[in-house]
Amino acid sequence: MARYILKRILTAIPMVLLITVLCFALMHFAPYDAIDAMTTPKMSQETINLIKAKYGYDQPVYVQYVRWLDGIMNGNFGYSIVTKQSIAADLAVRLPNTVKLVLPAFITAYILAVVLGLIAGANKNKKADKIIDAVSSVGIAVPSFWFAMLLIFALGYKLKLLPIVGMHAVGKESSITDFLKHFIMPFLTLTVSFMPANIKFVRSSTLTQFSEDYVLVQRAFGATKSEIMFKHVCKNVLLPVITRLGMALPLLVTGAIITESVFSWPGVGPYFIKAIQGMDYPIVMIILVLSSTMVILGNLLSDILYCLIDPRIKEMG
Amino acid sequence: MMKEKRNKDKSIRIDSVKLALKHDKAAVISLILLGIIILFALLAPFLPMEPNATDIANRLKEPSLTHWFGTDEVGRDYFARVIYGGRVSLIVAFLAMLTSLTIGVAAGTIAGLTGGIVDMILMRIVDILHSIPWMVLVTVVSIFLKPGIQSIILVIGLFTWMEIARLVRAETLSLKEREFILYAGFSGVSKWKIIISHIIPSVFPTIIVAATTSMANAIMTESSLSFLGVGIQQPMSSWGSLLQNAQGTMQNSFHMALIPGLLIIITIFAFNKLGNLLRVYVEPKVMSGEKE
Repeated sequence: MARYILKRILTAIPMVLLITVLCFALMHFAPYDAIDAMTTPKMSQETINLIKAKYGYDQPVYVQYVRWLDGIMNGNFGYSIVTKQSIAADLAVRLPNTVKLVLPAFITAYILAVVLGLIAGANKNKKADKIIDAVSSVGIAVPSFWFAMLLIFALGYKLKLLPIVGMHAVGKESSITDFLKHFIMPFLTLTVSFMPANIKFVRSSTLTQFSEDYVLVQRAFGATKSEIMFKHVCKNVLLPVITRLGMALPLLVTGAIITESVFSWPGVGPYFIKAIQGMDYPIVMIILVLSSTMVILGNLLSDILYCLIDPRIKEMG
Repeated sequence: MMKEKRNKDKSIRIDSVKLALKHDKAAVISLILLGIIILFALLAPFLPMEPNATDIANRLKEPSLTHWFGTDEVGRDYFARVIYGGRVSLIVAFLAMLTSLTIGVAAGTIAGLTGGIVDMILMRIVDILHSIPWMVLVTVVSIFLKPGIQSIILVIGLFTWMEIARLVRAETLSLKEREFILYAGFSGVSKWKIIISHIIPSVFPTIIVAATTSMANAIMTESSLSFLGVGIQQPMSSWGSLLQNAQGTMQNSFHMALIPGLLIIITIFAFNKLGNLLRVYVEPKVMSGEKE
């Protein structure tokens, strides 16, 4: 098993490196580059050369790449070319805000999805199943930003219950109730957008489990439905669900780009969108690398969890 | 004999689709609505309406008989805007779907049939593209292209083919071992010919089902991008950009936010249902497993 895990880790490393190369190449060949952003047409060639030298843009590409990679490894993410702020410092403020929003929403959505998926799967073609399945089918088709707009209209404009933008009201930065008021709508939006696909996943794996032979055997021995459900089916459904948790890792960085933008939540999402619109390449590159690394790490984590849980994988090592 | 058997097989398939439809009223309704939406989108230029004619005197009007969906903030007929927006959304989704299918099928068949280093390289590319969250990937690539409808189509098409490539590759791998393909290979038929005349017809059912999913996803992606302001740009509009625009006037004219959203939901829902029905048609077993 250790060998299998090691093998998985060893294949993940070149992937991450390849992605950094890809990101760097993308940004290097972009039509409008960092130099264009820092210079104005009025500047003399000498000034431009000076600026290039200052930021290391006069070096060959591979030197620039190695420097950049070295910087990332040491937590030096470079500077925004628009605001000149340190990207690491900006992210240190924004990442926790995103995590504060995404994590609770994801956990809530996951728990609800497991419960609803099991209920639906255990009551195949009955009323409960039909309702849950219909709701999740519609849910998959609902754009999250549109749901957010409905919430804003109903709870923000009509009932005037909740604030519609930001994370804190001015001057109430330390108030928990104020935070919660701002938190409710983006939290609901995200929960609703995470849920439907997960419900479908749990439901279909429950259906598969119920059609297995061991369920039939249990029935033949006179086990009640709830016994079968809680002693056997549940366990088999939950294992793959738990291993899917690893795949949630990238959501912590970029899982809420749209929702955060709608509610002006000061997380990674609006930061990224602003960087895209302002052609702020260093920021875009870092977020690209960070989120892809999270995907690779998440898949790695899933595989390792699976390997720990399912003994059949161990032998494959 | 063969033909008779095929006809019988076909009627079983059609029966199982009919049975599936009978149990699923929502699918029937959504498919009819989708038909109407597509019809309007296709016929839009021939209908007596003008999506860009402004009428400052009649701004932000509620839906009425003259303006079925009311008017927007500069008095343009919102019904016409929604229809033309749908036209853009559907065209983008359709062409993006074609692009992604073409790349996916080509990559999948070539990787599966050739094997070796080509397979490895193609599948590594798939892995890498898969590792970048789609929102991030698509928005980043959109920087490189001039904003406009062609760019959106390209961006969505070029970066959503990975799943299809995996599916097609897996099927090609198992087809490769079948006698008729082995025989074609031995008798010196070229790889291209094998792909075109044997593999693609055999994986066609998979491709068609993937097309519906791809269409649904493309509509969602396009509207999200346009909503964020990195998709369709003014003066052209799509359902997504209409929603972006509606954010500003939502407080007073809520229908402007409601209608494009509902149309997106109906369209995506219908394409997903269509995918399910095609799956039932392709493998009638699916149905018998679902309903006992």
